[in-house]
Amino acid sequence: MPDAPGLELIRGELEQSHPGAVLDTGYDHGQATLVVDPAKILAVLDWLRQAPGQEYDFLSSLHVADYLPAEPRFGVHYELLNRDRRERLRVKAMLREPSSLSLPAGAGAEQLPEIDSCVELFPTANFQEREAYDFFGIVFRGHPDLTRILLPEDYVGWPQRRDFPIGGEPVTFTYNERAYG
Amino acid sequence: MRGRQLAARDLLRGNLEGEELERYVEERVVMTNFEKMLGWARANSAFPLTFGLACCAIEAPISLVTARYDLARFGAEALRASPRQADMIILSGRVSIKMAPVVRRLYDQMLEPKWAISMGACSSSGGMFANYAVIQGADKFMPIDLHIPGCPPRGEAVLYGFTKLQRKIKGNPDQGWRARYGANGTEEWAQGEPSPDSVDAYGEARRLVHA
Repeated sequence: MPDAPGLELIRGELEQSHPGAVLDTGYDHGQATLVVDPAKILAVLDWLRQAPGQEYDFLSSLHVADYLPAEPRFGVHYELLNRDRRERLRVKAMLREPSSLSLPAGAGAEQLPEIDSCVELFPTANFQEREAYDFFGIVFRGHPDLTRILLPEDYVGWPQRRDFPIGGEPVTFTYNERAYG
Repeated sequence: MRGRQLAARDLLRGNLEGEELERYVEERVVMTNFEKMLGWARANSAFPLTFGLACCAIEAPISLVTARYDLARFGAEALRASPRQADMIILSGRVSIKMAPVVRRLYDQMLEPKWAISMGACSSSGGMFANYAVIQGADKFMPIDLHIPGCPPRGEAVLYGFTKLQRKIKGNPDQGWRARYGANGTEEWAQGEPSPDSVDAYGEARRLVHA
């Protein structure tokens, strides 16, 4: 793990090579996080993968979280790993939900948040980006085959979003029927 | 005992006559009708489909056919790997919306008469999975003859359920489920005219075979 000062060093180097790319840093529970401008995510990931002294060349996980009341709403998390130094670094890009007000008149399609696909850098991201698309409706630009991976192909909606209804139906137990009619 | 054996030997040799023969027939022969006999045979040879959906599958097909519970005692030990050969399907676990068409298709492919057991809370009602991905009760998409409660049901419970199903099979072989569920016309067989391409290919194949 880079510790908190190490994280600031990475931020400083990034600030020189990619000005304005890093929006924030966070260090919680021994885990260093870089919050990155989504427009520059590919450049930052590429730099972290190749720059001498960094070489985070293993993407151990890519996942999305929905921080619904917050804005921007979606966080795309990239968990990077350097296997030689056994150091992990989390890169996070926050995405806004495109407002439907900006839709051109008559556009029927749903507006989805977009970010560049990192399949070219990390081939393992292929399925994980499809999963993120499947459950959160994040569109990864440049993905070779961005289709649903776990849910049925004709599924409607993005079920892991926090404003998606949980589903199911109430079970009527005999006890409740007797007690409450 | 020895006397019965000797009587059977005499019958086979044709040495039994008159009153002895009458008594022999009264003792040994059971009269029934064909329907009852057929139901008895079906109930004691209900072959389950080799099929598991989730954790209940550990209990139902796996531990049930092994020595401790030994479903073979009830004539259901021959797990068939093809729905065309199976008489009974045990839905052992939650049915997700992606799996439901597959399960329904397997059920449609089974030859009649056929029976379905919904085993455990999940396949009967969705169980703890009250969410977007799991069907809240398998009887929403296929007819279920028997529900076994439990999470998972113990082997004894499944055996008890199976004996209940046997009673059902003996009592009423034609369950009339197509009428109850309005499912007439869901039988799977080829419908409509074959395409010209397939007719040509079939004719060509026949010519090659018979040439």
